[in-house]
Order: sequence, then C-alpha cells, then structure tokens
Amino acid sequence: MEEWLTAWKLPFGAWMKVVIDFIQDNFGTALDGITDVMKFIIEGTTWVFLLLPPLAMIALVAALVWWLHRKVSLTVGVTAALLLIANLGYWEALMETVSLVGYATLFSVVIGVPLGVAAGHRPWLYDTMRPVLDLMQTLPTFVYLIPTLVLFGLGVVPGIISTVIFAVPAPIRLTYLGITSVPKPLLEAGQAFGATKQQLLWKVELPSALPTIMTGINQCIMLSLSMVVIAAMVGAGGLGKPVVRALSSVNIPMGFEAGLSIVLLAIILDRVCKAPERKRGTP
Amino acid sequence: MSEGETAISIRNVDIVFAANPAPALKLLDEGRSREEILAATNAVLGAAGVSLEVKRGEICVLMGLSGSGKSTILRAINRLNEVSRGEILVADEGQMINVASCEAETLRRLRQRRVTMVFQQFALLPWRTVRENVGFGLELRGMTKPERDAVVDQKLAMVGLSKWADKFANELSGGMQQRVGLARAFATDADILLMDEPFSALDPLIRTKLQDELLSLQKELKKTIVFVSHDLDEALKLGNHIAIMEGGRVVQYGPPEDIILKPVNDYVREFVANVNPLNVLSAYNVMRDARDLEPAGEGWLWLDRRRTTRFRLGPDRKVVQAEAMGSAATWVATEDAGKPFPEGAHVAFWARQSTPLRHVMHAMQRDAGPVAVFDAEDHLVGAIGVRDVLGAVLRREQG
Repeated sequence: MEEWLTAWKLPFGAWMKVVIDFIQDNFGTALDGITDVMKFIIEGTTWVFLLLPPLAMIALVAALVWWLHRKVSLTVGVTAALLLIANLGYWEALMETVSLVGYATLFSVVIGVPLGVAAGHRPWLYDTMRPVLDLMQTLPTFVYLIPTLVLFGLGVVPGIISTVIFAVPAPIRLTYLGITSVPKPLLEAGQAFGATKQQLLWKVELPSALPTIMTGINQCIMLSLSMVVIAAMVGAGGLGKPVVRALSSVNIPMGFEAGLSIVLLAIILDRVCKAPERKRGTP
Repeated sequence: MSEGETAISIRNVDIVFAANPAPALKLLDEGRSREEILAATNAVLGAAGVSLEVKRGEICVLMGLSGSGKSTILRAINRLNEVSRGEILVADEGQMINVASCEAETLRRLRQRRVTMVFQQFALLPWRTVRENVGFGLELRGMTKPERDAVVDQKLAMVGLSKWADKFANELSGGMQQRVGLARAFATDADILLMDEPFSALDPLIRTKLQDELLSLQKELKKTIVFVSHDLDEALKLGNHIAIMEGGRVVQYGPPEDIILKPVNDYVREFVANVNPLNVLSAYNVMRDARDLEPAGEGWLWLDRRRTTRFRLGPDRKVVQAEAMGSAATWVATEDAGKPFPEGAHVAFWARQSTPLRHVMHAMQRDAGPVAVFDAEDHLVGAIGVRDVLGAVLRREQG
C-alpha cells in the first residue's frame, strides 16, 4: 500500500474516545446513579424469583401457561423443559436470565413502541431513524460493549443496555409497520365520527396495529435472549455465564448443557408469549 | 327545523389535490381542462365549480362514472377532503356553518352530532363486536357504556341485527356488515347521512334489499341523505334529486324524471339511454294538461285526439258523466283494471298524478283508450293517450 495513504490517519477512534471521556467526566455521577438503581431493580427481581423453591415456581408457571393457552401439550412441554433446566443445575442462572431478558424487553418496548408510533405519523422521522436503526442492528456488539462498559462499569447494567441497543429496533420497525398499514377506510371512519388525534391513536390505530406490534415484542424477546452470552462477558450473570466459562476452559459438557438451557428457554418464551388464539378479527 | 329548509348548501366548490392548490386554481380559471392542469402542475382536479342545494329530509344522489368527482364532493361535506375554494354550508341548530373553513373543534362537533357516514367497504373495526362498532361514534363523544348500550340495542333492532350483537364484525356477511355500518351511522342521531357507494360492494339481490330497507327507514327517520352511486337504476330508485357529474363538474341537477325526460346534453342522454323509464315515470310526467284538451261542448272534454272518450265536468272540475265509443261509460281507477267488468260495459280509466306509468299502461292495454288523470281531490288535471305514453317511453318530445 502506498505510504502516503496511511501517513495521515484520520483520528476517528480518538474522536470517539473524546466523546466517551466527555460523557464520563460530565455525567459520571448521574450514570453511576442510573447504574445503581437499575442494578437494584434487576437483582431484586431475581431475588424475588428465587424466594420460591424451584418446584413451586414451576407449578406456578405451568398454571399460568394453562390459564393463558388452555393447551395440554404446551403446559406439559413447558413443565418438562423447566424441570430439565433445574435438573442440570441452572435454576438460579435461569432466573437471572429471565429477569435480564424481561427488563431488556420492557425497556425496548417502552422506548420502541412510542418511537414507532411517532415515526409512523411522521415520514421524515422514519427516514432519519432508519440509518440509525440499521447501524444498531449491524454494528458488531463488542464495539458498543466497550463504551457501555466504560460508562456503566462491569455487571448486569452494561449487559442490559447493550441488549436494549440490539433489540430495540425490532419493536420500532414493527410498530412503524403496523401504524403505517392501518387500512385507510378505518382511519377515515374514525375521522368521520369525530375522533380526536388521541382517540384515533388509541381506538383505531393501536388496536389495528396490535398483531404487528406483538410480533415486534416477540422478536424483541428473542433478540434479547440471543444477547445473554454477550451480556455475560461484561459481567451480567445468567445462563450466558457458564457458556463463557465453558468457552475459556474448553469444557464441552458444560457448554452443551448451558447452551441447551438457553435454547429451551427460547422455545418456552416464544411459545408462551405468542398471542393466545382468540376469536378475534384480523384487520 | 322543518322540511323544505336547506340542509346542505355547496357553493362554487373547487377541489384540487395538491399541497398548494393556487397554481392549479389559476389554470382552472383560465379555462384549462383537467388533463392540462395535471400536466402543468401535477395537481389532480377533483371537482370544479360545484354548486348544489340539498333540502332537509331528501335523498340527493351524486351520480357519475369513476373519476367524475362524486365521492370527492361527498367527502368534502364532512371534510375528509379539503375544499380548495368555495363554501360548504351545513345547517346546525338554525345557523349555516361553513365546513370548509370552520375550526377543528366545530368540525369535530359536526362530525360527532350532525353529519355521519356510511362507507363503501363498510370500514368496521374488525377487533370490535357488532355492538362495540355501532357504539363507536357515541364512545368518541364520551358517552358512558350503559347509556350507549341502550341506544345501540335500539339501532341494532332497527336494522334487524339484535341477535348478532356479540359477534365480531368480520364474522358477518357483506350485507350484514353494511347493516352494522348503517346502525353505526344512525346511532349518533345525526340528521345528515353521507353514503359513499354503500351498496356497490354487495351482490345484486342484497343490494336491492338494502335499498328497500333504506327507503322504508327513511320514511320514518327523514334524514337528509347524500348518496353516491355509479348505478343509475339505484340513483333513480332512491333519489329525490340527482346530480349527474362528469369530470368534476355537475352536468345536470334535478328530479329523476327530469333527468330521464329532459337530459341537458348528449352525455346525460347517453347515460340514461338504457334506463327503463317505467321505473321512474308517473302519470303526471306524461299527461297532457287538462287545459290543452279539446272541448266537446256543454262541459265535455275529449281525452284523446281520436275522439273516442270524453268526460263531462261539473263546475268544480270533477267528473259527472263519461262516454266511450259513443256510449255512456263508468270511470274506473287504473288499480281496478285487472278486475272483470260486465259484458258489453264501457269503461274509461283514471289515475292519480303519482300513479306509476306502468299501471297506466296496464289499464290502456285493455282497450287502448285514454286514461284520465285526477289530483288528490278528484279534479281532472289531464289525460294520457297512447301517443303520450309512446313518446315518454321513447323519450321524444311530445308534439
């Protein structure tokens, strides 16, 4: 390569570091506060989950699944999968992962759905957001793991923030899709009967977009789950931790068992969180 | 508010679909055509120079081919389409409100209470039950559920869907869905009803049935209805007035029989060419006025040019004596034309002004004699001969 080309290297990396340093210097205390609060909430939730003995918890979940779906096969399957994970010795890790994924999804939905609605109403906003969303989904996770680590320290918080960055585009995109594909006659019916903008949103647009938004939330859960191993690398506990440990110690049995637990959890969450089949119209 | 008052007044309305309609309006004023305006400004001319008056309690049908601007005008009445220029006045508690320029708050009130709408594709909310759909307008108004349910149940009974209240809207057939659409529109008790090709998505039998139901409901409800249709038979059946539209302009506006008998230009003539005039015309439309009948002396009047039948009128213009083919005759209503008469008896038929031409023709078929026309007080007001009927059916000016 010609030397002149590399002689004057543009300092993009250095600039980024300046930005991160600036944030840390000026908002460090605030960030520490956020970190502590989030850590308390997430770990507190895990603690609550672990109050009940595993068998009682499994019975509770089975009852919930039965109540939601009324399907024997699903209820039996979920119970068996949870018993297997407990048997493998990952019950505590499972509970940590569930609260991590749960909060990541919650944050993603709380941020993503309103943004999706706003973008659905304003084409210019979506045009602006699209490259950012593409970036969030394609940028290798490790790249933004480093600055989050610097800003939030080791532990569950940088894990959950990285997870949200990765997962939030799904609810944004699908909410946008749902809102922009509300059939025009339905919107006009709302207007013709004198709906305010708020009424139009809550009584026409959101119900019409709900199936698409639910798909977005389901996607979001799956994406969050796919981040558990990465989150474990920065110190978030859960099922990712034994995978990381197995990787560093080339421990095949441990890696397989932990991996199996993650897959089982993924299947459980996917099946249970799918909207139960209701007698309900499709738009 | 009584009948005969103006409910909707559309005045010189132009509608241009463009962010900035000014250049297109300028071209319109220069007399350019729709195509020229589209080419020059990329703006679609939806309606131009439309003026219509709709009286309270009547059905006004906007009629035309697709792209003629009929829906555009209808949807401007509740401002689903913005008016580029002109006024659309809607009667609201004694005053006329210009929908085209009123405040958002006023518009919302009009939409909630004064003007309601039925859509071509029904536009029901599929995640709601029939009952929730019908109550939609009331819910937007902020009415509580118990209050709402009372109104909804009444309207559902009106359209015959009480049994279906708890079904989801999309579990119903097309005809039933549109009944839900009607009930939803009636629920707000708005007195102006906008109907955008409400029956054209339905199959012909259901369509006819719903037209009949609408007419019988209208007898009770006396709403002011603006109805868009591309089906002339539908327009003639429903409309008290019909506006024929072409290229965004109203070509002719008048009662159905005028559209059939006196088309203003070739476009309308072609439009009505295939319509069966018997569905529209009544005795009044085809009769020769009593003043034009030939006197036969001593208070007698010839009903026909061939001098086969004559009536003698008293001083009050009521018939006192009749004669057919030179012998004394009895006068019989056209409704009784199917009944048997004694052998050798001479009869002369009479009809009311509103008697359908079809019935008049049935009576004529018996003996080809003329039919007298009486008003509601039995005064003779005119007569119909075979030539008058043929002229009307063939739509030739009588001479």
